[in-house]
Amino acid sequence: MALNTENNTMTEPLLSVENLSVRFGRSQPVVDDISFTLYAGETFALVGESGSGKSITALSVLRLLPNNATLNAASISLQGENLLKLSELELCKIRGRRIGLIFQDPMSSLNPVMTIGDQVAEAVRQHFPLSNNGVQRRVLELLQQVELPEPQQRIKDFPHQLSGGQRQRVMIAIALAGKPDLLIADEPTTSLDVTIQAQILALLKSIQQQTGMALWLISHDLALVSTMADRVAVMQHGKIVESSSSSDLFTQAQHPYTRKLLAALPSMQSGLNRCPEEKPPLLQVDNFHCHYPIRKGLFKRIVGYVRAVDGVSLTIQQGKTLALVGESGCGKTTLGKGLLNLIPGSFGSVKIDGLDLDGLQGELLRRQRANIQIVFQDPFSSMNPRMLVGDIIAEGIGALHPDIDAVECKGRVRQLLQQVGLPEDAALRYPHEFSGGQRQRICIARALAVRPKLIVCDEPTSALDVSVQAQVIRLLKDLQKEQGISYLFITHDLAVVAEIADDVAVMYQGKIIEQGSVGQVLFKPQHAYTKKLISAVPVLKKEVA
Amino acid sequence: MTLLWTDALIFLLLLASVSIGFYLHDKPHIQRPLNKIARSNVGMVSLVVLLFFLLVGLLDSLHFKPKQEGSNEIISLLDYCATPLREQSEKTYSAPFATTLYSKEMIAKDGDRVWDYPRLVYGGKHLADPGKGKLGDILQKAGLGFLLGVAFFIVFLLLSAVISYLRYGATPAFFALRPVMLTLFTLIVISAIFSYLSLYYHVLGTDKVGEDVFYQAVKSIRTGLVIGTLTTLIMLPLAILFGILAGFFRGWVDDVIQYLYTTLNSIPGVLLIAASVLMVQVYMANHESAFTSVIVRADMRLLFLCMILGVTSWTGLCRLLRAETLKLREMEYVQAAYALGVKQHAILLRHILPNVMHIVLISVVLDFSSLVLAEAVLSYINIGVDPTTYSWGNMINGARLEMAREPVVWWSLSAAFVFMFALVLAANLFADVVQDAFDPRSAGNESFK
Repeated sequence: MALNTENNTMTEPLLSVENLSVRFGRSQPVVDDISFTLYAGETFALVGESGSGKSITALSVLRLLPNNATLNAASISLQGENLLKLSELELCKIRGRRIGLIFQDPMSSLNPVMTIGDQVAEAVRQHFPLSNNGVQRRVLELLQQVELPEPQQRIKDFPHQLSGGQRQRVMIAIALAGKPDLLIADEPTTSLDVTIQAQILALLKSIQQQTGMALWLISHDLALVSTMADRVAVMQHGKIVESSSSSDLFTQAQHPYTRKLLAALPSMQSGLNRCPEEKPPLLQVDNFHCHYPIRKGLFKRIVGYVRAVDGVSLTIQQGKTLALVGESGCGKTTLGKGLLNLIPGSFGSVKIDGLDLDGLQGELLRRQRANIQIVFQDPFSSMNPRMLVGDIIAEGIGALHPDIDAVECKGRVRQLLQQVGLPEDAALRYPHEFSGGQRQRICIARALAVRPKLIVCDEPTSALDVSVQAQVIRLLKDLQKEQGISYLFITHDLAVVAEIADDVAVMYQGKIIEQGSVGQVLFKPQHAYTKKLISAVPVLKKEVA
Repeated sequence: MTLLWTDALIFLLLLASVSIGFYLHDKPHIQRPLNKIARSNVGMVSLVVLLFFLLVGLLDSLHFKPKQEGSNEIISLLDYCATPLREQSEKTYSAPFATTLYSKEMIAKDGDRVWDYPRLVYGGKHLADPGKGKLGDILQKAGLGFLLGVAFFIVFLLLSAVISYLRYGATPAFFALRPVMLTLFTLIVISAIFSYLSLYYHVLGTDKVGEDVFYQAVKSIRTGLVIGTLTTLIMLPLAILFGILAGFFRGWVDDVIQYLYTTLNSIPGVLLIAASVLMVQVYMANHESAFTSVIVRADMRLLFLCMILGVTSWTGLCRLLRAETLKLREMEYVQAAYALGVKQHAILLRHILPNVMHIVLISVVLDFSSLVLAEAVLSYINIGVDPTTYSWGNMINGARLEMAREPVVWWSLSAAFVFMFALVLAANLFADVVQDAFDPRSAGNESFK
């Protein structure tokens, strides 16, 4: 098979899909009459927002769709062989052997009770009749190929002993076990930190150069795609709206949807033209700590602490935005929740508008809750599914301003819904009836309801599509302009930071290692970690050029 | 009018559910799931069946003393309606629609003593020659009952049409009308046929002491409902309160509650039940003046059985609720509520409680059926309901010996089984529909674009 690919000229496609349609039940087609081709050795990217049908397209090539899906296609052929005509058994020999697949979530794709060595070995045995020694040698070779550190020792590790990036490397090793001609990577780096993402992408590229396989990348991230792909197809509502070479697409996009996506992309440059105008400080945090006790033994004695936030000091000015940047596990969310007194075991001086919050408890603490509010990352778990949107928004008013009567409260809710751009009748609906972006708007309205001076935004846009993200960021900016609210904007996405923030603080292992204005931190970083973080961000190619 | 303890509790429960229904009926967000239930065929059919059982149970819960000299007996409205059934008992077993006893006896015939099946005292006594024309007679009586049922149904239909016309101006369109009417028709006609036939025959036979099995099965409805609902009523507050508190506050509260239920769980439930039933018997023996009639004593025992069943059965649900609350308290909407300054008791009531209700609903229905069955098991070891109380458990318990007879006496067990099956199945189906309708994430609630 491997020889076959080398003999192929560029004229004969590796994979060609003609008029593919997929629908679930009797609903609208999820994938609607799309055709594309993939050549050996190239990187092809399918880009689109969530729900555009890009993952379903990949799954339908391998016929891994759920039972209630119906697939129609003129042909799906791999090196001239029509996959539609193969039986399930014959197709099994293609899956993994000639087409490898990597999924998004390395947590749930690995079996937690098997060592990674066994899992890779299982994949190797599936495709090649090797002796036990041969399998072991091949496993080691694969783990070396995906640059897993110390593969000799790691081979006996269980998935939970590995970091997210290492798990994704193991997943890639499993996908490579069959020496496939085509590797499908479905959002391979979405759940990873930006520095790890850069490593995994570099790894995929180098493996592609070594083996000459084709890479089919599925992603929502245009910037990432622009650094990786040779050819790009943009999907919207199950249709491919535009398809061209990567360089053409990002410099002269034809279709309005592509242009809209590109325009919605937050850009690092936008941080440059922000005027650093001094305002009086609103929030002053000094030497703030959050320590989680580690308990052990029969009597749950405290044997030590995890220092999630370790001596942080920062200042937020009135009507301005401070972005808190850092990778997962650095303590940024803990800091945000700690400032709201949502976490036991936090201590340090917190002053808002001159009012000292430290040491407040019970009723006193409850009364000043209106000052700081929070918007969470996950728009699905941050609202009670059994409460009406109107009640969700009114909850804070009822708790903190019991003097406001029901009629006035209803009026406030109506006004808030209007402010965040939702129709009035949304108040009588349940949260699940709204899309992710709309839910985030409801969460913002809920926070605004008690007229806070500061809103902690904990990755409010990272679960959203890029165009929706742009809308939510615009909403936040407009609200700031109208009402003079300050934000503590917690994020891992440096491009979003450039869009919204006035000041930036970079957090690493519970400490703030660098802070300053946006222009300073993003374009003249001082600390080595900040430099590494910024260089790892994928940037649209045209900006570099 | 005499009010027994369980009667009082049943009517209290009824009053509570009616007032909750009245309070909720004009809330727009409750209307939507209610309309969804009203549109569901399965839901409405099972609701009609449940309501029918409930009606029988309620009729059987209105107790009074009949105006009879010297009698200390208390009977219910249902007993009063079924006086012929209650009083026309035979000597011993007879098969359904039989005109003779089930076993041969020495009988005097024309001066001779003959070894034969004796005629029943009441069942089919209007027939001159039961050998001939019995089937014809049964069919004729059934036909009459059928016509009676149809007439009842038409009267009911007209009445409900008039009422709905006055109330809504027309038939409300959201209603699963046809299946409801079909079910009602079936229920009314079947009960009319059975009632009419039972004036002349023992439609489900008689038991060992000659009592009508149909009457027993109908009387058992109340016992089943009481055990299912009152036990749940006692169990639910304990399970919900302890489960949610343990999960929400953790720390020492959790330790204490966990200790309590693990301890309670490790004592065999039967032991506690036996102890409590014996206790109440001793109490009644010592205070004989307060428990003069048989039915009052039996009722007290039933109430105590419900209570002790409730006290021993809350731990399972409590554990489930504790685990769910542990999960829920870390949800972001609970944290958001803290950030909004909502008080803890409000968080418990508004954010935790509604989100565990689906678990409560499911386990209540599952428990309802298992409690009806538990009653049978307890009757088996003589610590269940009083032997004089009619219950499916007692009927099944009696069937132990009947199944060992040759030829087999099958009708007691079958009657108990069919009635119990209908009730439990209807409850299960209805709970399914309710749960679907009240789950905001389930399909059918179109998304908002």
